[in-house]
Amino acid sequence: MLRLILAEDSVLLRAGLAEVLTRSGHRVIAAVGDAAALREAVAAERPDVVVTDVRMPPDFRDEGLRAALELRSTDASLPVLVLSQYVATAYAAQLFTGGSAAGLGYLLKDRVGEVDEFLDALERVAGGQTVIDPEVVRVLLSHGPTADRPLARLTPREREVLALMAEGFNNQAVAARLFITEAAVVKHAGSIFMKLDLDPTEGNRRVLAVLAHLRGAPS
Amino acid sequence: MRNGPRRFLFSWWPWRCWGYHLSGAVLGYAVLAVLAVLTGAGVLLALLGIGLVLLTLAAVSGVPLGALERRRLRLVEPVPVPAPHGILAGAGPLSWLRTRLRERSTWRELGYALLLALAFGPAGFGVTVLLAFSCILFATPVIVWAIAPDTVMLIPGRAVSGPLEGLGGTAVGLLGLVVAAYAAALLARAQVRTARLLLGPREEDGRVLELTRSRVRLVDAFEAERRRIERDLHDGAQQQLVALSMTLGLAERELRGVPAAAGAAELVARGRGEARQALEQLRNLVRGIHPQVLTDHGLAASVAEVALRHPVPVTVDLDVPRLPEPVEATAYFSVTEALANSAKHSGASRVEVTGRMAKGLLVVAVTDDGRGGADPSAGAGLAGLADRLAVLRGRLVVSSPVGGPTELRVEVPCSG
Repeated sequence: MLRLILAEDSVLLRAGLAEVLTRSGHRVIAAVGDAAALREAVAAERPDVVVTDVRMPPDFRDEGLRAALELRSTDASLPVLVLSQYVATAYAAQLFTGGSAAGLGYLLKDRVGEVDEFLDALERVAGGQTVIDPEVVRVLLSHGPTADRPLARLTPREREVLALMAEGFNNQAVAARLFITEAAVVKHAGSIFMKLDLDPTEGNRRVLAVLAHLRGAPS
Repeated sequence: MRNGPRRFLFSWWPWRCWGYHLSGAVLGYAVLAVLAVLTGAGVLLALLGIGLVLLTLAAVSGVPLGALERRRLRLVEPVPVPAPHGILAGAGPLSWLRTRLRERSTWRELGYALLLALAFGPAGFGVTVLLAFSCILFATPVIVWAIAPDTVMLIPGRAVSGPLEGLGGTAVGLLGLVVAAYAAALLARAQVRTARLLLGPREEDGRVLELTRSRVRLVDAFEAERRRIERDLHDGAQQQLVALSMTLGLAERELRGVPAAAGAAELVARGRGEARQALEQLRNLVRGIHPQVLTDHGLAASVAEVALRHPVPVTVDLDVPRLPEPVEATAYFSVTEALANSAKHSGASRVEVTGRMAKGLLVVAVTDDGRGGADPSAGAGLAGLADRLAVLRGRLVVSSPVGGPTELRVEVPCSG
């Protein structure tokens, strides 16, 4: 059971989310409608995880996201899951640029309908992992990167390998799809992680690669 | 002078009028010399080509003179005369010249320059001469006293014997000063009226100004309406659909464990899939109306976003700061329109978007390596863009020779 604080300005969604979470055995200790109330609630009670919308009053821009970053800057270990209506990678970049990505998540709101997936993401964030919406990953890796991003250092073949890995295929499946040997895939993967300055032993590889991409993106 | 002719004499106004005419005489002869040299040399050298440049210079010489004259007029006229020209922020010298030569006010200013050189300048000179003689006469006793024992003759053949006898000259000088003051005032009045007529905006220019303003209002209203629709969709339909898919998701979970409800679970799952598709469509629609990332992160980030989704590889090189909202929105929709056109018609394999600020002018170019031959007049989207740009005093340049490449360039002044 997780103790959560929920920030979402739409009453309908707030109630819906609370219901989903409660029915799944979690406890919503506060459900608030704007960023100021979120800050107060977090200061009053230390939750296991914060779930917040991006767009909130008073200006209906990225208040929720900024509140999340602020909460993280005062307490870097506080797990935060950001729910967004936008695939826009600029918001994900804003969230993940600077500071540690551990215990941070960026999920599309639609994903909430896939209750199991949503709960799984929530638990992973609460457990200190990084979660990035598969749709954002797909958009980022489906295209060649622009020149100023870290992925530009990869060869076209390495990029293909990375895109397939990001979609969740294991080395064997990647090898089958690209008509190369598994040993070649392993070699490419090693080269990719070296070029992106990533530690291959740590965490989820596709998330690491996407993070490298986001951190090279303008925010 | 309207407050009474006598009070006028003892105010600052005669001095201001004299100053105005003295400077006017100097300026008038200078203009005469410049115009004479430019036209003379221009006509003589016309066959060599350089003469045409000189003649063009002569034609637009009224523009800087007009600006100077409108300032100089403040000496004798408290109400300023506004400039009649349209504003050309950030345009190059050639486009400045083209626009100015097409404006009627440029030719009216040239007419004023001729009047100044041939009539007002000499008249001002006359006033100055009268003033100078009057001053000398007024000072006769002092002059007589100063240069004695040499003789002074006010009237040829009759020497003035001493300073006291020179008082007659003083009286005439005083009269001359009064005449010079009134003459200066009358001449100044004539010149103010002429200047208002020739150097100020005409009613027709005023109408254009008003028209532009009403178009700006229209575009602002249109933009506000787009925002409202986007907000309504976001706060209404989108949230409802998310809530719906959440409820369906919960229902699916509850039904999953019940073997008897396998059919119902399948239906609920299908319903959830449909809700997800609707959400996706709605999200794309909302993005097309007004992308939130444009408001929050600006032009570069929002164009990068579009580039990621584009079917053809797009290189984005936008080095621009945050700009006024209408400029960002217009530039953004120009780029998306250009990208859409290039995907639909050009057969391009690469597209490049570049953007820079240059002297307060935002220049964004979208270039593809496609087959070209795009007709700017055929696309309603392009015409709409050109209209939006015109309101911001920007412009749209499309270059698309058959065989390619196609370049669409947008220029928007940002200095306000």
